[in-house]
Amino acid sequence: MSRITEKDVDYVAGLAQLVLDGPTKAKMVKDLGEILGYIDKLNELDTTGVEPMMHVLDMSNVYRQDVVGESLTQDQALKNAPKTDGAYFLVPRILDGEH
Amino acid sequence: MEYEAVIGMEVHVEINTKSKVFCACNNDFHAPPNTHVCPVCLGMPGVLPVLNIGMVEASVAVGLALNCKISRWSKMDRKNYFYPDLAKNYQISQYDLPLCHDGEMEIDIEGGTKRIGITRAHMEEDTARNTHTIGTRESGVDFNRCGVPLLEIVTEPDIRSADEAFAYLTALKQILQYLDVSDCNMEEGSLRAEANISIRPKGTVEFGTKTEVKNVASFSGVHKAIDFEIRRQRAALDKGDAIVQETRGWDADKGITFVQRSKESAHDYRYFPDPDLVPVVVDEAWEQRIRESLPELPRARNHRFQAEYALSPYDAGVVTSTRAMADYYEATVKAGAPAKLAANWIMGDLQGMLVERKLDIAQCPVTAASLGEMIRLIEDGTINGKIAKDLLPEMIDSGKSADLLVKEKGLVQISDRGELEAIVRGVLDANPGPVEDFKAGKDRAKGFLVGQIMKATKGKGNPKLVNEILERLLAS
Amino acid sequence: MGQELFRLKAHEIRGAIRRGETTATEVTQSVLGRIGAVEGKVQAYTEIWGDYAQQRAADIDRRIKAGEDPGPLAGVPIGLKDNYCTTEGTTGCCSKILKGFRSPYNGTVVEKLLDAGAVFLGKLNMDEFAMGSSTENSSVQKTRNPWNLRCVPGGSSGGAAAGIAAHEAAVTMGSDTGGSIRQPAALCGCLGLKPTYGRVSRYGLVAFASSLDQIGPFTKDAEDMALIMGVIAGRDPRDSTSADIPVPDYSKALRDDIKGLRIGLPKECFTDALGAEMREKILAAVEVLKAQGAQVVEVSLPHTEYAIAVYYIICTAEASANLARFDGVRYGYRHPDAKSVEDMYRLSKSHGYGPEVQRRIMLGTYVLSSGYYDAYYLKAQKVRALIKKDFEDAFQSCDIIATPTTPTPAFEFGAKTDDPLEMYLSDIYTSSINLAGIPGMSIPCGLTASKLPAGLQLLGKPFDEETLIRVAYAYEKHSGWERADAPIT
Repeated sequence: MSRITEKDVDYVAGLAQLVLDGPTKAKMVKDLGEILGYIDKLNELDTTGVEPMMHVLDMSNVYRQDVVGESLTQDQALKNAPKTDGAYFLVPRILDGEH
Repeated sequence: MEYEAVIGMEVHVEINTKSKVFCACNNDFHAPPNTHVCPVCLGMPGVLPVLNIGMVEASVAVGLALNCKISRWSKMDRKNYFYPDLAKNYQISQYDLPLCHDGEMEIDIEGGTKRIGITRAHMEEDTARNTHTIGTRESGVDFNRCGVPLLEIVTEPDIRSADEAFAYLTALKQILQYLDVSDCNMEEGSLRAEANISIRPKGTVEFGTKTEVKNVASFSGVHKAIDFEIRRQRAALDKGDAIVQETRGWDADKGITFVQRSKESAHDYRYFPDPDLVPVVVDEAWEQRIRESLPELPRARNHRFQAEYALSPYDAGVVTSTRAMADYYEATVKAGAPAKLAANWIMGDLQGMLVERKLDIAQCPVTAASLGEMIRLIEDGTINGKIAKDLLPEMIDSGKSADLLVKEKGLVQISDRGELEAIVRGVLDANPGPVEDFKAGKDRAKGFLVGQIMKATKGKGNPKLVNEILERLLAS
Repeated sequence: MGQELFRLKAHEIRGAIRRGETTATEVTQSVLGRIGAVEGKVQAYTEIWGDYAQQRAADIDRRIKAGEDPGPLAGVPIGLKDNYCTTEGTTGCCSKILKGFRSPYNGTVVEKLLDAGAVFLGKLNMDEFAMGSSTENSSVQKTRNPWNLRCVPGGSSGGAAAGIAAHEAAVTMGSDTGGSIRQPAALCGCLGLKPTYGRVSRYGLVAFASSLDQIGPFTKDAEDMALIMGVIAGRDPRDSTSADIPVPDYSKALRDDIKGLRIGLPKECFTDALGAEMREKILAAVEVLKAQGAQVVEVSLPHTEYAIAVYYIICTAEASANLARFDGVRYGYRHPDAKSVEDMYRLSKSHGYGPEVQRRIMLGTYVLSSGYYDAYYLKAQKVRALIKKDFEDAFQSCDIIATPTTPTPAFEFGAKTDDPLEMYLSDIYTSSINLAGIPGMSIPCGLTASKLPAGLQLLGKPFDEETLIRVAYAYEKHSGWERADAPIT
């Protein structure tokens, strides 16, 4: 009674941008199935009328004033990047309409 | 078959706060690439967003101007998708509880007005900009725009034609500019419009399959794209083809829309409330404070100008087209200029001269008070209209007042009856031929004589007096 | 001063330096010497900043000499978990995907500690992105429990717990999302505090699950806990979720007086799931408190059994979004074979994350995906509200709640690595505290027969860390556990 199929795992891996090879995928199907099976415990509870928690603290309206502060220099911004041309972050060519 | 188009618009507006929406970086992405960035808008590990109160207030102001209800309680959500222009690979946006909802806007259409329902207006963050250099296998990403505050305004499917869509966008832009929340520059992308278009047999109520047209760089482009899309869908249905739900781009050169993305690759955005941000609660008092700070909006001002200054609907429309022009107009009238005359001068000569000089009315070197004074000088006969036309460019270029220039250049018109009569007599004596012609019934000769008199007065003769004296002497 | 300065507590170091009995340099050298001696066995640190620490200590000594106030933590050697963003060294979260990342900024707590005069020693090992309960998920190394080198130190802040237990720092700093401070503190025999959500800024802590994460200290005693909390607590304008509530003077909680204090024992935490030996240790510790005048009342937390299910929905959902940013564009690992944007994401992530992180991203993505949101995420947030309410109700009749921190003492390497669910269940007593947002502290309460530490978990009302510190202080005075020290040399 697996509650998650290989197809589900493929779909979710696509959303998460992960590629799972054969054995990894099989283990994922098994592990997620077990964990979701455990999570099903929650269905025992009737939560009709319970307001879902939005924030553990009852806080609202926390803002910054609209004031300009310091930015990084271009060098600092690019310092950790795998690939740049000194001004831009470089990535493999983006095809139009991908998003 | 006769079809009816059903159109809804989604407009993204970059809000012109000083700093970005969740960090203190300068909200001006026209800077060298990746210089208006910080750990927060670069999505560095460990950073947290803090919402800019300026964005909340600007958004509420827009909502109120669009007659929206303001949510007492709303929240920020994460919209998850991967793209290199999205620093965190999620966009902070608002999903099920937008800040503003259920509004409406009135637009002018042929033969009357129409109400366009505003479904919602919600806050989000803009993405970075990708650049592509032709011939390389890489793209560059500049995060200066990442985190620029963005307001998304969505209409009900109330629009029925490209003309109505154009009128909606024009009216919306006018409101946003009146509120001074955005420069609404479509070429630069500070206002971006998308249209959801479907058609249905006229008289039916069910919606047809819609397509979404994006990436159009101007209002007229939107107009053309919608027209094209309606024609394309009509042709498809007439042929018996089905409309495919898809996103289409606009090729301005070819004047056609083209498929960008079909529904099969639609995203599963996995929205959930952003735990890093707390709810936005706008109570009645806050809403009221923002409401009271709103300027008079374009339609209200237009109607008031028609009523208060007896302007024609056309004139009122032109002088209220921008808040700056309407302010300038009212100040000119307050400075003593008659309402109709002020409108004529501002819409005509002044506007023309500013366009020549590539100036906006807000940058006009001639103050409204100064223009009002100039118009008063015409009214009280100190100068005539022709002199005023020459005077105005000098006022613009020198920044001097009309009064000062008139004195400096001795431009006061000659209204002394004796002085003028002497000049007229001189001209008549010098031109016996035309005088004879006139007496022989050739009216044109009078025009020549007036020209000669004005030449003799260096254009300063009071035209009314000149005419009166000339007619008297010619008749004698 | 004696030879073994590294054994001193932070408040003792502070006092000795202020009195001129030692210097920051001497203390730092002593601790660095200790690290050199035991680190080969413990492997708590992923990076040791020896030169930096000595320079920093010398600078503090200079400032003291010049008569300046060097701050409340002047010369106190502190280690930081590898998920604290620091401009010094690297911040890698013990993940291959972030290896070598040099943060352009210091987190708020890092800045506060620096302003207070702390001397940072380096970065401490952890489960990759704080996901784990044994530190076995680190991509860097395995940290061993100083009490028994065959056992895990707990996790995810295993390096921080083992490091302080082996006296490789006076204080270490960790983070706690579902027990990641309290559980390793219990397994390594030190104090570990997860403050109330919002008490300490999260800015600069690499996020795992934003609604649950809190920064907190590991210390050798209650007095140090008060000292560190006084430095790190408080509202931070960079963290929207940090509370605007005044920070008390925690040193006032250091008084040996718990007369009349009501201690709640939740019946759900003392079921058969708890081993007899652990139960005995916990009840014995409660007896010590009773002897000082505390009263014991039974309370109920009826939704306890649902906490782990709720926890694993919420923490993985949040993590799936929080970890999306590690994509090889602006920083971190990019797979060399990436020829397209899609490749860049998929290859970098699949090679950059370890199995547990991938598992949690998958689970979190699944529970948020189209059609499942209501059944999982929304349901979990409803049950979370019930769990929070349980605590509010329980605190109507008591001042603090006492539970075991863990069901068992430290376990051996590999004991639970094959079964993720079993590993998750070891968070049974800790994860509900993060769900409710309340403060929790683990304090050592003796050794089991196999000479492994047991931990007593004290839970307080929101923002009442003072009472936890006061009870820990009183317990310390009367329990005698203080003399217990990990048998490592």
